[in-house]
Amino acid sequence: MTVQDTPAVEALARLELAPQTSAAPPAGRKPVRRLPVQKDWPTWALVTVQVGILVGALSLWEIGARAGWIDAFFWSQPSAIANTMGLFFATGEAWIDISFTFRSTIFGFLLGTAAGSLLGLSFWWSRNYAAIVQPYVICLESIPKLALAPLIILVFGIGLSSKVAVATALTLVVSTLTAYAGVKALDPDGEKLFYSLGASRMQVFRKLVVPFCLPWVISVLRVNIGLALTGAIVGEFIASQHGLGRAILYAGQTYDIALVWVAVLVLSTLAIVMYASVSWLESVLRKGVRQ
Amino acid sequence: MPSSAPKLCVDDVSMTFKTPTGTFQALAPVTLSIPQGRFVSLIGPSGCGKSTIFNIIAGLLEPSGGRVMIDGVDATGTIGRVGYMLQKDLLLPWRTVLDNTILGMEIQGVPLRQARERALPLLHRYGLAGFEHLYPNALSGGMRQRAVLLRTLLFDTDVILLDEPFGALDAQTKLQMQEWLMQLWGDFNKTVLFVTHDVEEAIYLSDEVHVMGTRPGRLIASIPVTLPRPRVRTSATPDFLAIKERCLELLSANAAGAAPMNQAA
Repeated sequence: MTVQDTPAVEALARLELAPQTSAAPPAGRKPVRRLPVQKDWPTWALVTVQVGILVGALSLWEIGARAGWIDAFFWSQPSAIANTMGLFFATGEAWIDISFTFRSTIFGFLLGTAAGSLLGLSFWWSRNYAAIVQPYVICLESIPKLALAPLIILVFGIGLSSKVAVATALTLVVSTLTAYAGVKALDPDGEKLFYSLGASRMQVFRKLVVPFCLPWVISVLRVNIGLALTGAIVGEFIASQHGLGRAILYAGQTYDIALVWVAVLVLSTLAIVMYASVSWLESVLRKGVRQ
Repeated sequence: MPSSAPKLCVDDVSMTFKTPTGTFQALAPVTLSIPQGRFVSLIGPSGCGKSTIFNIIAGLLEPSGGRVMIDGVDATGTIGRVGYMLQKDLLLPWRTVLDNTILGMEIQGVPLRQARERALPLLHRYGLAGFEHLYPNALSGGMRQRAVLLRTLLFDTDVILLDEPFGALDAQTKLQMQEWLMQLWGDFNKTVLFVTHDVEEAIYLSDEVHVMGTRPGRLIASIPVTLPRPRVRTSATPDFLAIKERCLELLSANAAGAAPMNQAA
């Protein structure tokens, strides 16, 4: 290194230092931030708070009703609801209603999902057939199916079959469209592979189309259990001799608000049980499908 | 014509598509004649009709003109005559590797147990031991290609078509897979038609390289590769370089000629 080089080296060194020295004074131009970190509470703490909110709300309700802040005629009160709940189950009527609603939901769910999925998959077989039928399916989709419920009750009577029919009507179209979405997502090259191996259409359908579309069908299960329950309840609202929907309607018409609450609670429990079962079924199926 | 008919003969095959603005010639009449057990490559730029030829040979596309002869018999428009490995691997994610490789046999009606018994030793011999009961998503790119190639081979046809099988692999894996393919080819005595963009790959693997051009897709030249087998990986031998030079020249001449129109391809 020669002597002439030294100033240049010094200048370079100054340049390198420069940002460090100049960065400090005009602070505030770039605020220093740390990554926000959220600390998770332990499960017991979360559960405690959740239970606390429930107990608190119920206590306020009960106290408010007793003190006269809340009109117990319209809103009832937890103690009365608990009493009615005991009576509801003691008379044995409860189990008839639960079983009625449960059966119509499950039958409607199975029928609507199965028939809808098959219909959706069937569109794979012919583009012409799909093009012809599709507008009708979309029309059906746009009709509020519940508006047809009175008609369905007239046709199927006030027994179980009409509730199953309403539940089926609600689930069928969704299943059809979902399965058809699966069919449309099918990679044409997949079919090409099968045909290059000399496959028949039936082989392509069974070994490619159906397994490929299964995740779509599985994804619609959870939506459908909720829809089927709605269908069953609405069917019971319109005309029925049994069922939780009928219980709610009857209780409301006789100003037995506590019974309304009881029926709603039982119905929610039923819904949760069915939803959880379907979620479980879904996870089992997904494991089997391995997409 | 020689006394024994060539294994695969593409006889004056052409393809014209109708478009809204008229017709589009994807493939000018092409004639190829490939004897039993040969390894033949097609190279050329995108849009030169390589995949069109493959689809026509596999019976997935009806040619506008010409015939496809296999063993001297007209096989135009019939499916299931040749093993076809498409560009995408198309392994079925819901089947294990083993069950993916037997797909062809299964479709041909071979009982499942028998098909698995046939496939399993081959999976073991050709580098998929320990992977046979895994699902494809657990496999690396190279392993997936092995599975797909075995699926194509196990379909049990004399002719197999490989459409850029190693196009998506990294350079290292690609070299390994080429060695592996050579081993398979030696063991199975198949007639192979191979599409690639990679000139060195084509020369290294093939007995003959056909160079294709665009607009319309057509055959420009056929270059026999007489390098002795087994071939060494050093691409610097004069013969190898001469062939490579020739191929690149043909390709660039075509590219220069078709340059103004190439945008659309």
